[in-house]
Formats: sequence, C-alpha cells, structure tokens
Amino acid sequence: MFEQILVQTVNGLVNGMVLALVASGLTLIFGIMDVVNFAHGDLVMLGGFTGAVTVAQTGNFWLGLLVAALAIAVFGALLQVTTLRPLIGRDPLTTIIATFGVSLVLQKYALWQFGPTARNIPQPIPGQFELFYLQYPWYRLGAAVMAGAIIGGLYLFLKYGKYGIWIRATTQDRIMASAMGIPVPLVHTGVFAIGSAMAAASGVLFAPLASVTQTMGAEFTLRAFSVVVVGGMGNLGGSILAALFISLLEAYASLVVSPSQAVIVSFVVLILTLLFRPTGLFVPTPK
Amino acid sequence: MLTLADVHTHYAKSHILHGISLEVKPGEVVGLLGRNGVGKSTTLKSVMGLVRPSKGRVTFEGHDITGLPAHKIAHLGIAYVPEDRRIFKLLSVIENLRTGLDRPGLTEARRRALLDKVYESFPVLGERKSQLGGTLSGGEQQMLAIARAMMLEPKIILLDEPTEGLMPRMVSQIRDIIARLHRDGVAILLVEQDVGLTLGASSRCYIMEKGLIRHHAPSADLKADPSVIHQYMGV
Repeated sequence: MFEQILVQTVNGLVNGMVLALVASGLTLIFGIMDVVNFAHGDLVMLGGFTGAVTVAQTGNFWLGLLVAALAIAVFGALLQVTTLRPLIGRDPLTTIIATFGVSLVLQKYALWQFGPTARNIPQPIPGQFELFYLQYPWYRLGAAVMAGAIIGGLYLFLKYGKYGIWIRATTQDRIMASAMGIPVPLVHTGVFAIGSAMAAASGVLFAPLASVTQTMGAEFTLRAFSVVVVGGMGNLGGSILAALFISLLEAYASLVVSPSQAVIVSFVVLILTLLFRPTGLFVPTPK
Repeated sequence: MLTLADVHTHYAKSHILHGISLEVKPGEVVGLLGRNGVGKSTTLKSVMGLVRPSKGRVTFEGHDITGLPAHKIAHLGIAYVPEDRRIFKLLSVIENLRTGLDRPGLTEARRRALLDKVYESFPVLGERKSQLGGTLSGGEQQMLAIARAMMLEPKIILLDEPTEGLMPRMVSQIRDIIARLHRDGVAILLVEQDVGLTLGASSRCYIMEKGLIRHHAPSADLKADPSVIHQYMGV
C-alpha cells in the first residue's frame, strides 16, 4: 500500500507538471487580457499534431517540440489579432463565445487536416527504471522536468527579461502601462503567442504518454480551467500549485476508484473552491 | 508646443468638456485651476489619449495627436502623473521605474544617468529600491509616480493633483520637484487644488468652470488681485 501511494505520488507530480504548463499559459492570458480562452486545449491539440507530423518527418523529437511551439505561437498571435483584439473592452461573454467558436473550428480543422486516427510520438528518452513493483519510463520524469523548465523559463523572463516588465505592468494596470509608453496591444498579442507556445509544448510533451486526437482539447481546457480557478484567476504561482494539488488528489483517488472516476475529484475541488474561497486557494486572503 | 483647440469630451452620455482651448509653450509651467468636477482631470486624460475627444484637436509639436493610443503619445514626449498615482503596487520601486526605462533605443549609460538623477532628487526611492510599490506611503508613492514619469525623458509632464492628501512637509518637497523640473526645461501642465502652490509654480493659469475655460491670466496678476480666484474657486 505504501509503495502504491509513492508510485501515485510520482504519477500525480508528473501529470501535475504537464497540466501546470497548460494552465500557466491560460492564466497568463487571463491575467493580462481578462480573456478566458476556451480554445486553449485545442492549441494543445494542434501543438501535439504539429509535433507528431514533424517527428514523423524528421525523427527528431526536440525539433518537433521547437517547431510546434514556434508554429503555434505564430498561429496564436494571428488568432489574437483577428479574433480577440477587436473584442477587447467588450462584455467578457463575447470573448467566451468567440474562443468557444474558435475551439470548434480548430477541432474540425484538425479532423480535416490530420484525419480521425490518433497520432503517436515515440518516447524520445528510452528506457525504464525500477520503481518498486513497476518498470517506470524515464520519459515520464523527463516530461515533468521539461514542463518545469519551461515554466521556470517563463518566470525568469517575466522577472528579469527586458520585456517581462511590460507584461507584469500591463497585467496590473493596462491604462497606466500605456501611459508609460508600453505598447499594450502588442504586449497582448505577445502574451497570447507565449501562452499558445506553452500550450503547444504541453501537447508535444504529452503525446508520447498518450496520443493526439482532434477531440483531446476539450478535456485539457476544462482541466486547465479548473486549475486556474482553484489557483486564483491570473495567478501564475497559484496555478502551478493548484495543478500539482489536483493531480496528486486524482492520483491518490485512483487507488480507491477507477482512474476515469478519479477525474471527478478535480471538479469537486473546483466546486468547493468556488463555494468557500472563490478568489482561489493559493492566493493571500484578499483584504 | 501643446495646443488644445475646442476639445469636447464625453463619458458615455455625459458631456464633460465643452470646448477647451489652451496652450503650453516649451519649458513653461501652466496651471489649470477650478473646483472639483469641472473637468480638469478629463482635460489631462484627453491630451494623454486615455479618453478620446469627441470633437476638437490636440496637437503636440505640430503632430495631431487627437485620438492616438496613449503609448504613442508617451513616445512623442508627453508623460502623465495621474491623480490617484496609479503605482504598479505589485512591482518594486525599481521595477516601477523600469516600466519607463525598458524601452528600445535607450543606452545603458543613459539608463544609469536617469536612475542616478532620480535617486538624487528622491533619495527615499533609492533607499526603498526593492520594496513593493504598494507598501510605500502616500507621499512616497507620489514621488515614485513623478520619478516614473521622468524615466520617459518627457518634454512635458501632465501633473494631476500632486499634493492631494499629502502632509505639509511632502507638499514642500513636491514644490521643489516642480521647480527643479522647470529648471531642467520640462514643461508642466499642472492641475492642483492648492492655489498658492499653483500660482507660485506657474507663469500662467487657466481657470475652468463646468467644462469650459472661464479665465486666463498670468499667475502674477492672479496673485496681485485674488478676486478672480475667489469668484471661481470660492476661496
């Protein structure tokens, strides 16, 4: 039993880090634009497909990761300029409907472009190690480490990067930021591109663990959205803690119930958070 | 340098500015006086591009800047210090300053010089470099707001009620800062409730009432004959 708990802890942390990568992009975009991007999971999916196609062509996983992140960053920037920029300042409902529409379009596009069959990416780090009673693939740990590295890179960029300050200032006070000469529309587009690249990277990292299908986006959106709410909307650190917290709870729950039922845990946490602490679990109590 | 010609501004359906015309020449300190709610802050926001005038023209050094986005107006050399200071509360003091410094085309030497100048004018900001903006006192936040504007090396600063809610000691510091900016050749359009400070700092004043400029005179004349001030300000 003790061993099972330890194995599930490792599983929970691995899933949590990939989920944290998806959620960081979502919360970054929400924090700066007040836009809940319901197409975020579909960017994960498109990233997965782009990565799968690149890896199939070149045989190089890292190239696939890079190509997917760059391609989806450009795509995200175009999406923001054409769909979301005209809606800034409008009722949040309009952006929810717009991104939901984008989500449907992207799913159908993926079906048309990549077909209905699931794609796989072979694990780029071969081999397994012994974890108690299991042969545990090294790649699972590698994926978690890489997700953590990307999030760490984002944090360093926001904190020390030349233009990171533009993002943090705009997140806090869009109007004052623009009065300080910060090109706010460009910052919005840039942040959407960064969030999209992070979604795409998650898709590629996740692909060797499961497979890429054109309908996988909705589940990612929903899970990332729960994480972002539980962590406190727009709060990067909170989202990462919430992703780990929810994934660990799910991993432990799957010791007792089946893994597909364990997903219920995240929604229970979401509902309890909204009922008792709607500003999020991992933020200081608002004054 | 800065000219407003018959500027009208609306907030939703209410008509706030009913045709404001005024001018600030290079290096000049100009006061904008009037009771609360006559549209002084809205005038500054209309210049800065934070509200879009519905009619009229704002020009700066020959450029028509009416309705330009605020960041482009800032790039032309207009800086804004808002009434409520609007410090980035979750950024440290140095990061607040960096919002104006981290821009393309600024050399490292120039950056250093700008920061040194600010720390010399406002030693307290140097001492609290890594403290979060939200933890500063009201007076320190006001200094940070002015220092942040100076990072843009502006030709003119729109200064909205810099002494509001400050202790007398802070008020005299603000007066010194205005004088120092003036010596450095920065023009200032000053909105202020403190009539004495405004008349002392400025060369000319405009007096506003109900969204219109009602009176315009050299500050020395207004000081010599306070009846006009009494009439419009009720003091």
